[in-house]
Amino acid sequence: MSRTTLDLWVGFFVAVGLGALLFLALKVGNMASTSSGDTYAIQAKFDNIGGLKVRGAVKSAGVVVGRVTDIQFDAEAYQAVVTIRIDARYRFPRDTFATINTSGLLGEQYIGLEVGGDMAMLKEGDKIKKTQSAVVLEKLISQFMFDKAATDEGKK
Amino acid sequence: MDNRVTGALRSLGQQVTGRIWRLGYASRFFLAVLMHSGTSLRRLHLTIREIYFTGVLSLIIILVSGMFVGMVLGLQGYDTLQRYGSTEALGVLVSLSLVRELGPVVAALLFASRAGSAITAEIGMMKATEQLSAMEMMAVDPIARVVAPRFWGGVISMPLLAALFSAMGIFGGYLVGVQLIGVDEGSFWSQMQASVDFREDILNGVIKSFVFGIIVSWVAVFEGYDAEPTAEGVSGATTRTVVTSSLAILAADFILTAFMFTGT
Repeated sequence: MSRTTLDLWVGFFVAVGLGALLFLALKVGNMASTSSGDTYAIQAKFDNIGGLKVRGAVKSAGVVVGRVTDIQFDAEAYQAVVTIRIDARYRFPRDTFATINTSGLLGEQYIGLEVGGDMAMLKEGDKIKKTQSAVVLEKLISQFMFDKAATDEGKK
Repeated sequence: MDNRVTGALRSLGQQVTGRIWRLGYASRFFLAVLMHSGTSLRRLHLTIREIYFTGVLSLIIILVSGMFVGMVLGLQGYDTLQRYGSTEALGVLVSLSLVRELGPVVAALLFASRAGSAITAEIGMMKATEQLSAMEMMAVDPIARVVAPRFWGGVISMPLLAALFSAMGIFGGYLVGVQLIGVDEGSFWSQMQASVDFREDILNGVIKSFVFGIIVSWVAVFEGYDAEPTAEGVSGATTRTVVTSSLAILAADFILTAFMFTGT
């Protein structure tokens, strides 16, 4: 094999390998969707965040508008402090309502933003005041069970 | 009785010190290869020739096995996921297991048996036929001329082969899951994209395969260089290359995984 055909094959191999990496990055991974553009950080306090994780999605009207970047525990208020970064293209009113939702019955948890009517907009470092905790399935079930038992008791 | 006990103890100790001695020799050899790799990078055609022999010629086995591993993952994953009614997560299962673990590890194991053994046999035969000594006589450093290009050829090929293995496996999973079984195509890709992170998953996989490339190439060139210059010695060295590098890959994989994918 002469040197030029050898070079051609090696070039082909390297190109195909890099192509596979690009395929993994763009089609398999979320490189295309996570824009590294401008973001601003806001905080929200929740009584219970359930299974929310760092890197979880922040959605408004079902569209991903940001990501959870940090979760801390506030030792004085006994609450979870969640820091989220929102894409700078989207502005939300100051009285936006943050809830923790679950996609599907047992799916991943995400933060949903429900827009309020305030004229002032949220800025870098602001705090969301109105939040709603995650729904804990076990609590719901046990409430239902006790309720059921109580009504059955009454019938007798 | 006493003699037999002391004899057994002595041979055990000899084996242990022998292993440690070889490890030290191999580390010194690794440093020598790194010191001499300037030449192999300056005379690039030497390295390109080795990339051809280790990388391009391993393409077929890597692509075909990647395809089959992905197809098996598709079948098995579907079988398990349908019990929980979440077959849409098939894409996540196939892609995460390939990108994080199976791609780098299986590609490295195949690479060790396909290319690593060939490198060892080649260098071992060169030593047995005294080509290496002849080079030294002509004031050509065999480490710079023979060993370093083979080492770098393997290190460069390995991440590319692992990426190809993963991509091919995901394609195989797609073929079986979406085209054959009929999982919804949109959720297959979108759930995959939602849960595979570029830095956390893909880049860590690439780092893994890079480390495995260093391990396999190092073991292969060292075993070849250290082989006894006889036909028996070369065949023993080739076997040792495959055994040692496979074990080292699996051990390194455990350590790397413990560092990379725990925590959050």
